[in-house]
Amino acid sequence: MIASKIPRRILAIAVLSFIAMAVAAVAAPKFPPLTGRVVDDAHLLSAQAQKRLTGELAELEQTTGHQVVVATVPDLQGYPIEDYGYQLGRTWGIGDKVRNDGVLLVVAPNDRKVRIEVGYGLEPVLTDALTSTIVQAKVLPAFRAGDMEAGVVAGAEAIITQLKLPEDQAKAIASAPPPIQQPLQSGRAHFPAFLVLILAFWVLSSILRGLGGRRGGGSLWWLPLLLLNSSRGGGGGWSSDGGGGSGGFSGGGGSFGGGGSSGSW
Amino acid sequence: MSTLRQRLGRISLIALIPVLLAGCGINNIPTKEATARAQWAEVQNQYQRRSDLIPNLVETVKGYAAQEKGVLVEVTQARASATQVKVDASTLTDPAKFQEYAQAQDKLSGVLGRLMMIQENYPDLKSNQNFLALQSQLEGTENRITIARRDYNEAVRTYDLEFKTFPNSFWAMVHKDSKPMELFSASAAAQSAPSVSFAPTAPAVAPGSAPPK
Repeated sequence: MIASKIPRRILAIAVLSFIAMAVAAVAAPKFPPLTGRVVDDAHLLSAQAQKRLTGELAELEQTTGHQVVVATVPDLQGYPIEDYGYQLGRTWGIGDKVRNDGVLLVVAPNDRKVRIEVGYGLEPVLTDALTSTIVQAKVLPAFRAGDMEAGVVAGAEAIITQLKLPEDQAKAIASAPPPIQQPLQSGRAHFPAFLVLILAFWVLSSILRGLGGRRGGGSLWWLPLLLLNSSRGGGGGWSSDGGGGSGGFSGGGGSFGGGGSSGSW
Repeated sequence: MSTLRQRLGRISLIALIPVLLAGCGINNIPTKEATARAQWAEVQNQYQRRSDLIPNLVETVKGYAAQEKGVLVEVTQARASATQVKVDASTLTDPAKFQEYAQAQDKLSGVLGRLMMIQENYPDLKSNQNFLALQSQLEGTENRITIARRDYNEAVRTYDLEFKTFPNSFWAMVHKDSKPMELFSASAAAQSAPSVSFAPTAPAVAPGSAPPK
């Protein structure tokens, strides 16, 4: 049964290399699954508050395209909230992949920490200073008074209010530093080149066939296809439908670079 | 007839060569180098951003705590010497130059941490709106620096691996101009800088990890 042994060995190698890759990657905390616009893992919110926030956040995305997610987690697994927050944002991929316009409100009641994490693209609108004001003025007073729900709702609504403003007004409020450019992703540009190659080979092979010989390069056209799998970064992608509602909510692949600010109570 | 077909076959083979080479990873080194350099630009961007914040910060603190001249002068000097470090394309591949750059920036981090500690003694400064805004910007920038350095290190790690692993290392002979790059080391100063918490409400982390003196 050599035939059945070989795939198993390949599988084992694949699994091993996967584990090796996982170990080599930067140590990351374990994150809860992204179940909706409000992920209340620490159970701080009532059903009504969750529903209301979800509705407001869905409306925000419909009108502005910005994805905002409220996440409460019991604790931060020993990580600083600045560390936890941006990795959570990147893992969930909140915000559009090109605009990077996601925002996270992270609350960790056991560590008594809160953070507004801002995606690259919204840093000019939701500056560090402004998010700090929101945290200090809207969120922390309620938390200190023991009303977690009020603090979360007030913080989320302050973010929504700022994001709904027309951009010039919002920037005036935030008195913005210049936006940070995200490095362009490579790999994508290769794809059209491959299409062109396939086309070229197809034309070539049809010429060859036209010249007579059946043995010609009749099947040459698929050769570039073999190489297609060498171009990386295929998977993943743009899954945000903007619809929200009851259907599956998912991040659009946005990235985070440490914008925002934190507080504790 | 057959010679024409042979010729066409040969042409198609020649056309195939770049594709085959791409499949073998001849492009890995330049691609990863570009990624690493883009991340490096981000690191510099964030250090620049911090540097731009400092004059304003020093002015604000001076208004409330003029007697803290020692720290204020130190910050200004550390900033000046950090900006004096010349950065060019070879900085990334030259260990000495890279160390010089990283150390100058780490020193500035340490002195800045101390500057932000003195606010505890000046309640007026602590409650000044302008100072609070600057403080949150500085915190955010330190945070971005940490992340940018980490992203850079990760990009360089995979790039440098191209030179160390077979068969990728083979292509290093083709890309003679590309050399392995330097990583930011998590030196004591580098580690303490981001963990110094400037937030007035987060005393839990600050005292233990603050720079000495």
